[in-house]
Amino acid sequence: MQLFPFHGGLKTVRHKTESNQQAIRCAALPQQLHVPLRQHVGAIAKPLVQPGDPVLKGQIIGQPDGYVSAAIHAPTSGIVTAVDKRPVPHPSGMTDWCVSIEVDGQERWIERRPVDYQHLHPSDLRNAVRSAGVVGLGGAVFPSAVKMNLSGHCERLEHLIINGAECEPWMTCDDRLMRERASGIVAGIHILAHLLVPREVLIGIEDDKPEAIAAMVAACAGTGYEVCPVPTRYPSGGVKQLTKLLTNKEAPVDGRSTDIGVQCFNVATAYTIHRAIDYGEPVISRIVTITGHVKQPNNLEVLLGASFAELIAECGGYQDGVQRLIMGGPLMGFALHDDQVPVTKATNCILAAGPEELTPEQPVMPCIRCGACMDVCPADLLPQQLYWHARAKEFDKAQAYHLFSCIECGCCSYVCPSRIPLVQYYRYAKNEIWAQEKEKQRAELARQRHQARLERLEREKQEREAKLRQKAPARAEASVEKSAPTASVTNANATPLTAESPTETVVRNA
Amino acid sequence: MRFRTITSPHILGETGVGCVMRRVLYAMLPGIAALIWFFGWGVLVNLSLASAVALVAEIAMLALRSKPLALYLNDYSAVVTAWLLAVALPPLAPWWLTVIGVLTAIIVAKHLYGGLGYNPFNPAMIGYVVLLISFPREMSTWLVPHGIDQSQAMTLWETLQAVFNSGQSARLAPDALTGATPLDLLRTQLGLGLSVTEVRNSPVFGIVAGSGWEWVALGFLAGGLWLLYTQTAAWQIPASMLGALAVISTVFYVIDPQRYAPPWFHLWSGAAIFGAFFIATDPVTASTTPRGRLIYGAGIGLLVYLIRGFGGYPDGVAFAVLLMNIAAPTIDLYTQPRVFGAHRQ
Repeated sequence: MQLFPFHGGLKTVRHKTESNQQAIRCAALPQQLHVPLRQHVGAIAKPLVQPGDPVLKGQIIGQPDGYVSAAIHAPTSGIVTAVDKRPVPHPSGMTDWCVSIEVDGQERWIERRPVDYQHLHPSDLRNAVRSAGVVGLGGAVFPSAVKMNLSGHCERLEHLIINGAECEPWMTCDDRLMRERASGIVAGIHILAHLLVPREVLIGIEDDKPEAIAAMVAACAGTGYEVCPVPTRYPSGGVKQLTKLLTNKEAPVDGRSTDIGVQCFNVATAYTIHRAIDYGEPVISRIVTITGHVKQPNNLEVLLGASFAELIAECGGYQDGVQRLIMGGPLMGFALHDDQVPVTKATNCILAAGPEELTPEQPVMPCIRCGACMDVCPADLLPQQLYWHARAKEFDKAQAYHLFSCIECGCCSYVCPSRIPLVQYYRYAKNEIWAQEKEKQRAELARQRHQARLERLEREKQEREAKLRQKAPARAEASVEKSAPTASVTNANATPLTAESPTETVVRNA
Repeated sequence: MRFRTITSPHILGETGVGCVMRRVLYAMLPGIAALIWFFGWGVLVNLSLASAVALVAEIAMLALRSKPLALYLNDYSAVVTAWLLAVALPPLAPWWLTVIGVLTAIIVAKHLYGGLGYNPFNPAMIGYVVLLISFPREMSTWLVPHGIDQSQAMTLWETLQAVFNSGQSARLAPDALTGATPLDLLRTQLGLGLSVTEVRNSPVFGIVAGSGWEWVALGFLAGGLWLLYTQTAAWQIPASMLGALAVISTVFYVIDPQRYAPPWFHLWSGAAIFGAFFIATDPVTASTTPRGRLIYGAGIGLLVYLIRGFGGYPDGVAFAVLLMNIAAPTIDLYTQPRVFGAHRQ
């Protein structure tokens, strides 16, 4: 199979063997779960339970709110103790709405209804996936049902890409999943292929996972799906990079991958689709790599809502000298303030990083424009120019240099000899631009309201004048009475004034 | 348990500005060794003096600008500037020539513009050009390479006396030892109406270019190729600079081989090789986009030929580099690469 290398990328440390030597183990049932209602991209789910409600395993407890949203289910049976804001895994250490469940330990399931997808209308199949809470488990957590709807983007799917690249160092959850549950993944791909009818199905796996490749090849036998080993080069697991690697197609800067007839799902997502459709089990758990500075690194199958601290304890606890706790890989993951946060659908890896796992912080030097960042940028950007403009707060120029094509993979920071935290500057610039856009939208709304008010006043004035003009001939005829019209004019003026005041308040508040 | 939070990436490759600059110094060693072999101790004296003055100036400027000394001295950039300038100076240059050149480079061209990473012009070349314009006689008094005549090479002691006691340098460095560079000779002789073939009969010329000089160029070529191999320098700049110089000199050579020197002479003479790999590739002042680097390098190559052939100086690398430094930001603006997913034009 011909591959089409993407520009740049890195050969990094791998550190896969620490955690990929043992089979996936089910984590012990925790006493308490704190299930966040926002574990996906899009609107937060609406809570369907109240404190005191009993819940069954797999029961829906959060309803998707809008098209881009996902359902949340009770990971096990128990009693809801609270629906409140609690710390969630987020770079800012923010709190978000969670459903707290006291686990009863009985694991009583709801009635599970497998779906015969072969004889289901596409929209019903998408609804089944949607109500099972399936989101992209590679870490992006975009609702999968939305990606399973092609209408309006392409006539027909050319390539269905299944992403098993897992390019981040340390992370091995997809590796173990492919080794142990390849047939389940392939069953999930059957469902996706049935719905999307792609011309070909390509499964991309980095070639440092020979066991996973062998397992997938065996499971794909006779299906026509092609397992494609790709060179181990970060970030080959990025959707755009993997697409380019396998098909030589580039998703347009201002569009989606479906515009070029490509749709991509993670292997774990395919697996959960299989569980949801063929077994009627919603997404209530996921496989998490716990590795780094812990005593027994491993992959655990974890109920969503379980606390990081308990999982670390299950892996033998921290080794001495842990400095940073990272959710995700060391290149794109974010550091957490605390380990008392719940596992979500996005938690693919927990990396307890000690001095051996981290690069010591080094002082930042001025940029010498060497272009090492440009040579490794998989988005073909000029990171040195982006940095220059982001630093100078020239956001319009940063946008002209395609700031928003940056996928924040961190390659530029990795190779920068001046040790400049480049990605941090790009994130900062993006956030500032988003804030400015929001401000602009609000100002635009206020301007429209003001315009509408002026038009209304003008209209009312003209109506009044028209009325007066109508009355004028009548007045000329009946010139006897003089005081009455004057009074009516005063009244007409008074009414709009009182009506205006609420509108003015609204404008000011906006 | 609570932890520190720092944004991703959490691991970084092993690299550093100091590492990059040290590689440049290592890469200069073969060329410097050849220079010492053919021109004697003076080269080493220049290098030592320039490094010492550069370090003192760097420390003073960093202190004045309240910058952390240890951090910035570890970047080796001052030493690189000093070496680049020192190898371009005549081996028996009086001490004050080196001092003025280095101080101009470090204080004016580098720190007054904001220090490392902020200088629009190559500091070593600013230092060199200031000296070339201000002290043309001292700057053009080169030694005859070792092995051309029977004269005895100067000892270290004689060299030191010549450098630090410039009043006596005339006596210590007799005319037999000093002479014009091959490029200088070619220029003046052609001006007198001689043909290239006649000029090249002089013992100053070797196989392809100046005798001795060609070995120096070979040394810098070896070091330069190693810089490209280690990806310390961008390949586009030396490739396009030497390419452009080769193309334009071939064109003129084909038109009239008696009036214009052959391309291999131009490539191997003066600072062409050294400039292509060590001067033009200074990332701070060069163009930074891949296509921009090609244009930037080609511009230098063309300007070098024009200055050599039709300008007022025998060699033109320093002027060519400075002129293209001015153009670099504009070149960058118009040579942005196609971004991933952008429509192909």
